Amino acid sequence: MFSRAYRTTITVPPLLWVAVFLLVPYLLMFCYSFWSVSDSGTIMHSWNLDNYKELLAKPVYWQTLLRSMWIAARVMFFSMLLGYPLAYFLSFHAGGRKDLYYQLVIIPLWVSYLVRAYAWKTILGTDGVLNTLLQYVHLTSHPLDFLLYSPFAVVLTLTHIYTPFTFLPIYASLEHIPRNLVEASHDLGATPAQTFWRVIFPLSIPGVLAGATFAFVLSLGDFLAPLLLGGPSGIMISNIVVSLFGAAYNWPLGAAISLCMLALVLALLFFSERLEKKWSFS
Amino acid sequence: MEFLVSASTPMKSSRWLTAHALAVFAFLYLPIAILILYSFNGQGVGGFPPRNLTLNWYRILFNDAPIWDSVLNSLIVAAAAMVIALLFGIPAALALDRAQFPGKALFRRLVLLPLILPGIITGLSLLMLFRVAEVRLSLLTIVLGHGTALISVATTEVFAGLQKLNRAQEEASLDLGANYWQTFWRITVPNLKLSIIGAALLIFTLSMDEIAVSFFLIGRDNTLPLEIWGRLRRGITPEINAISTIIFMFSLIAIVFWYRLRTRAQVTPEIGAELVETSQTDSQLSS
Repeated sequence: MFSRAYRTTITVPPLLWVAVFLLVPYLLMFCYSFWSVSDSGTIMHSWNLDNYKELLAKPVYWQTLLRSMWIAARVMFFSMLLGYPLAYFLSFHAGGRKDLYYQLVIIPLWVSYLVRAYAWKTILGTDGVLNTLLQYVHLTSHPLDFLLYSPFAVVLTLTHIYTPFTFLPIYASLEHIPRNLVEASHDLGATPAQTFWRVIFPLSIPGVLAGATFAFVLSLGDFLAPLLLGGPSGIMISNIVVSLFGAAYNWPLGAAISLCMLALVLALLFFSERLEKKWSFS
Repeated sequence: MEFLVSASTPMKSSRWLTAHALAVFAFLYLPIAILILYSFNGQGVGGFPPRNLTLNWYRILFNDAPIWDSVLNSLIVAAAAMVIALLFGIPAALALDRAQFPGKALFRRLVLLPLILPGIITGLSLLMLFRVAEVRLSLLTIVLGHGTALISVATTEVFAGLQKLNRAQEEASLDLGANYWQTFWRITVPNLKLSIIGAALLIFTLSMDEIAVSFFLIGRDNTLPLEIWGRLRRGITPEINAISTIIFMFSLIAIVFWYRLRTRAQVTPEIGAELVETSQTDSQLSS
């Protein structure tokens, strides 16, 4: 029903924009990762695999990558642990107050990421709210120093930030479960636990996968929370990239690491999409 | 039905769920409460209990010119990014909905990618583009970065709206002699009004808060998050609590406004949940 001119008008402008500002930059990143930088600081456009060789040769890179993945995995696990039962509670037990609770989960998303990370810093610091509170009630006599500038602080803050993100898709998938399936399961004599594990949970897996991917991928690439709260033991892979693009001035090596991250993320998205399709019931 | 489900669940597990929900809400709101409380704390940041409540930090804040300059910069960037994202995101959603062209699957993936990709990758790849094209970094480069990243939001929101749109109205309009341009403005846009306003609000807020992409594209002028970032690196100041409290209050007003709009239109409020629905609908489209 739509004419050729109409279809061209809606297709060409976004296509061009995406080509110039997304496709070309990704390709440039790809090119940069095979270039090198001379001693005087100019980019040498000679193609070689040196950057990738260095990534494999120096353990600091893949060790940091593994640590980032471990941090991201913990964030994913904890935000799932907080988000799933919350979504289940809202979807099945909140009754008329569902919308209100839903808004209450969304509202923290409107507080700046940076400000929430910073609020955790004021809570966890040596003279912070938590330490002074513990001393005030005489539970401890010295400030606990593992709270701030540790992977713990990074995991806690990122869990706080990504819990609503994991909640959203899980809640959406629970809301899509036809309620008569749940009723049928009860009527046929299943216990609530059986109904949950055999009917509700399998049907919510697409939401779980989407939420888990969100939390893992976004925390994997984070560099602000580690800078603010991580200390030396909380450095993540993106922090290395930031320093390579800044003070260390080695864009090609930074591009190579970014490209590895991009590949990892795309692979994860591919697999989670595959699994989501396999588990979606429609 | 809801009632049946809850009634057949033993009270015990229901009580556990309620307790868990309360604990999660407490966790989500603890930093926000601390933030607001300590913006009035005379002793500065941290320290329990809060002492000597004061408005001093707000007074300092209002006389702090660099902060207000950065707020103005952020507002300009957010408005401009919103225009770009809508200008290209709405046609992109229409194209995904109703046009066939080579590379459509790749196009869909590319448009949506910045939504799920860590900001550092979007930021750095654009930085390389601007370096190669010899574009000086400024607020303009941040606008281009935000606009590009947030096209994804406009596209998903509007695409979700299009799925609910009754195409017969557009057909009728075309049959009755209106041209495409008239049909677009008189039928398509009014029907998508809620999706477009929702997308605009979301894009504006996300841009105001964006830091990972801006971090790499910043020129001489700071946006608010980068100004805050600079100060946090130097040490913590309760002024940051004060400005965050003010912004939080504005966000609350925006949420209430949005909520009113949705309930008046009798639609269930689900900001963001469309993302999942969209990904499901378009995976159906592509298969």
